[in-house]
Amino acid sequence: MTAVSNGVTKMAIEHSEIEKIAVLSHIRITSEEIGQLAQRIAEILQMVDQLQAVDTHDVEPMANPLDAVQRLRPDEVTQSNRRDAFQAIAPAVENGLYLVPKVID
Amino acid sequence: MQWETVIGLEVHLQLATQSKIFSGSATTFGAEPNTQASAVDLAMPGMLPVLNAQAVHHAIKFGIGIGAQISKHSVFDRKNYFYPDLPKGYQISQFETPIIGKGSFEILMEDGSSRTIGITRAHLEEDAGKSLHEDFINYTGIDLNRAGTPLLEIVSEPDIRSAAEAVAYLKALHSLVTYLGISDGNMAEGSMRCDVNISLRPSGSTLLGTRTEIKNVNSFRFVEKAIHHEFQRQAEILEEGGTITQETRLYDADLDETRSMRSKEVANDYRYFPEPDLLPVVVDDAYIESIRKSLPELPDGKRTRFMTQYGLGPYDANVLSGSKPLADYFEAVAEQCGDAKIASNWVQVELLGQLNRVGSSIEECPVSAIALGSLIRRILDNTISGKMAKQVFESMWAGEGDADEIIEAHGLLQVSDTGAIEAIVDDVLSANAAQVQQYLNADEAKRKKLVGFFVGQVMKLSKGQANPQVVNELLAKKLTHNEAE
Amino acid sequence: MHTKSVAQLAKGLRERQFSSAEVTRTYLDRINALDGQYNSFITVDESAALAAAEAADERLANGTAYALTGIPIAHKDIFCTDGVRTSCGSRMLDNFVPPYDATVVERFKSAGAVLLGKTNMDEFAMGSSNESSFYGPARNPWNTDLVPGGSSGGSAAAVAGLLAPAATGTDTGGSIRQPAAFCGITGLKPTYGRVSRLGIVAFASSLDQAGPMAHSAEDCALLLNAMAGHDPLDSTSATVATQDYCATLSDSLDGLRIGLPKEYFGEGLDATTGECINTALKELEEQGAKLVEMSLPHSSLTVPTYYVIAPAEASTNLARFDGVRYGYRCENPADLHDLYSRTRQEGFGEEVKRRILVGTYALSAGYYDAYYKKAQQVRRLIKQDFMHCFEQVDIIAGPTTPGPAFALGAKSNDPVAMYLEDVYTLAVNLAGLPGLSLPAGFVEGKPVGLQLIGQHFGEALLLNVAHRFQQATDWHLRTPGSATEGTL
Repeated sequence: MTAVSNGVTKMAIEHSEIEKIAVLSHIRITSEEIGQLAQRIAEILQMVDQLQAVDTHDVEPMANPLDAVQRLRPDEVTQSNRRDAFQAIAPAVENGLYLVPKVID
Repeated sequence: MQWETVIGLEVHLQLATQSKIFSGSATTFGAEPNTQASAVDLAMPGMLPVLNAQAVHHAIKFGIGIGAQISKHSVFDRKNYFYPDLPKGYQISQFETPIIGKGSFEILMEDGSSRTIGITRAHLEEDAGKSLHEDFINYTGIDLNRAGTPLLEIVSEPDIRSAAEAVAYLKALHSLVTYLGISDGNMAEGSMRCDVNISLRPSGSTLLGTRTEIKNVNSFRFVEKAIHHEFQRQAEILEEGGTITQETRLYDADLDETRSMRSKEVANDYRYFPEPDLLPVVVDDAYIESIRKSLPELPDGKRTRFMTQYGLGPYDANVLSGSKPLADYFEAVAEQCGDAKIASNWVQVELLGQLNRVGSSIEECPVSAIALGSLIRRILDNTISGKMAKQVFESMWAGEGDADEIIEAHGLLQVSDTGAIEAIVDDVLSANAAQVQQYLNADEAKRKKLVGFFVGQVMKLSKGQANPQVVNELLAKKLTHNEAE
Repeated sequence: MHTKSVAQLAKGLRERQFSSAEVTRTYLDRINALDGQYNSFITVDESAALAAAEAADERLANGTAYALTGIPIAHKDIFCTDGVRTSCGSRMLDNFVPPYDATVVERFKSAGAVLLGKTNMDEFAMGSSNESSFYGPARNPWNTDLVPGGSSGGSAAAVAGLLAPAATGTDTGGSIRQPAAFCGITGLKPTYGRVSRLGIVAFASSLDQAGPMAHSAEDCALLLNAMAGHDPLDSTSATVATQDYCATLSDSLDGLRIGLPKEYFGEGLDATTGECINTALKELEEQGAKLVEMSLPHSSLTVPTYYVIAPAEASTNLARFDGVRYGYRCENPADLHDLYSRTRQEGFGEEVKRRILVGTYALSAGYYDAYYKKAQQVRRLIKQDFMHCFEQVDIIAGPTTPGPAFALGAKSNDPVAMYLEDVYTLAVNLAGLPGLSLPAGFVEGKPVGLQLIGQHFGEALLLNVAHRFQQATDWHLRTPGSATEGTL
């Protein structure tokens, strides 16, 4: 298995890129762990970069293994109010609302 | 410098369905918080979406209504971002292959001119929940009842050139979707919400300037005000040689201003990709055709028909076809009275005037179309005068009964009996001998005025009940007679 | 009792040789006594299990029982169970007690099966060794220094250790077949869409599929009969009719064409493991099957393809774990971003975070076409390889894994080496095919798994072949010493 590159192969990944995807993923990363994380992710990406060598011209991407189509559901109300059951397992609720720290637009 | 405004609108239309787009929860407005949020809507682990057939049906109906391309194969995508009112951390939407492609429709301005506005696309997606910032001091409360309500996002081309056109577009769109029955169009309840993309360019230029997107503009009036405000703001910056920052701005109706939403500035990367929990939506010609056949007459068609069938002018036809209940009302009045032009006049002037004054809609009108048509018939058959009819209409509005009952009860019956009117005419002419003399010596213009005076006197003496036509005929006869002597 | 198969237990229950309460008690006692060495269960609710057993006994008594009534079944802790904590092996869901059942759980309940407990697993099913579990690794009953495989390692260990007659698992890239191979049991990953995904905590939506894990193919068939079927609440659930998977178990293999992909027998395959596989294939040949050499040319791309698609889907499937509506929430969040980022930092383990980050990267602006779209295209090529082969053969066979179970800790610091453990199993998920692993011998006392791959919805044939093999061999009847020593 040889990793052939046509432009996207990455032997290393910038720490700033890790920080960017950590922000998008909303996962806090400490400065101590970022180095090793970058190294591991770079290894994974390097392995993944084998894909770049494949000729996929005119190949339709496959999102579903059976290439099936969507069934439609009749427009009927089938769910009743289960708020108590759902909110019994919620971290913070008041007056039927889920609470989060104040959001400022 | 003269600036041209370039506007494109994104309208989020809540579709009228019983249940949500991907779950069996109810969509009723105004329920207690989170009582209409099922495990699917709450993004409980393991929960999966299943597409509501009615949402697809409504979207295709809209596509046919604007003559758009209907995608026979459309795909749902995930739009990934974190927000507390977005439980899954992604919104199920359509990115690369929306269900509705390019279309267009015509808007008519008040001056009678018309413009065609292009529709770029319309796609299905789910609504988010609501964040309630006011109820708590340190917290925001999240109500997910709205999460999963089906939306059709309708994106226009940047074809709109003024606030007035934007409003006309929205009104025409509102009219179309309520005609189609795909949305209740209730703007106060958020059924139709609008984002405005706006940029300026020197008049005559064909390049597009940097645009801003104004979110949260949820009434026709606010759209107009927000556009005016944003035009001023951008014009001032450009006049001073500045540049416009591409950004999202929020319209604050209380302060009548737009302000930058810095929280949305954090480089958004929505990472769209095909939603693996849903499969491609495939519709065939037969299905599209069956919807096409079920389509009601739409505003455009109705407007044209009103012009050809009833001989109405474009403005009148546009007003009367503006909403289906109004159009139906007008047609029922016209049929009952047999004269569409008078019906058009009465509906627009008396009826809509009165409805506006009391702030009611046509659906709440206390005077039925049949009743109004019957009243107009009494004008046409000379039972009452037009002036009397207005009085009768007021009584009908007050619930005093139908036209004939009121005419009877108030003794408003028009007198057409020649003998009775002749006696009054004679009285008037002998009591005003000086004016009769003046008439005999006057030129045409002056005579006309004096006839008006005599008519007025006769009407006064007859308490308005004399048939004006008969009065005119008799006066003419008598005055000619006097002249001959 | 604990050495009986599901089929034998069902027969005994029907004939009232013993009660479900007795069977259930036996297994609960074994769990209490022996699971200290395997760590195969995360949650066991004894009283609920015994109550369900008593209800089953009533049905058995009044003649309203089904095939699985009274049989204790362990569910991987990824299936939501109404009123029973469903952790998915994660701190994030350590306190999560769903108020609903997964469709699979509901189907077992209505079939009268007894929920014995929830089994250990790699966190959010991301792993091939069970070492990423928040509850500590499960261990291999054949040698507790070895991993049981993953991610359904707890289910495999529980069945192999005779702590449950059968269990459920899920398989996104080999998570049923690989631990089944490592622990010497039989495990089936059905065709994508054959078993409902509703109520299964999602890892990678287009790959996830639940299936049975038991000692024998016959037991797997009994379980699949209960599990399979269309679910209107899962859009990806297949509408293809199910069949009685027990009915064709004993059909003759005469004339069966078995394809042997050369890529599955080449470099990377442990030699002794290969010998076991070849011996097993000879047995099938003796029963009338024809072995056909063939090729799956895109095999070397399954690992990179999988490790784009699975993390990409996972990165967004796991976005819902935000500390707002259920599950873990960090202490004293300063603001909204802090709530999200610290909840997810503290709630997720290393491997899960790594995969979320990789998946986010693969989907992010500028990389989507090079990674995600490319992988979806290669995925089609991989599927086409299989479709071409199935024009010439009825099933495909090969090793389930490159070698037998490895020692705990051996690969936990090398994600890519760990990912390569799945080299023979991933393609089946990418192509949506059914795959089955069955015991085919031992390497130095460590079980070896033979993998059978079928055409879409060809589960019955896989079970038939496995059953015929098991009628002629006893690998699936071997039990580890750790499970039979002592007083129980």
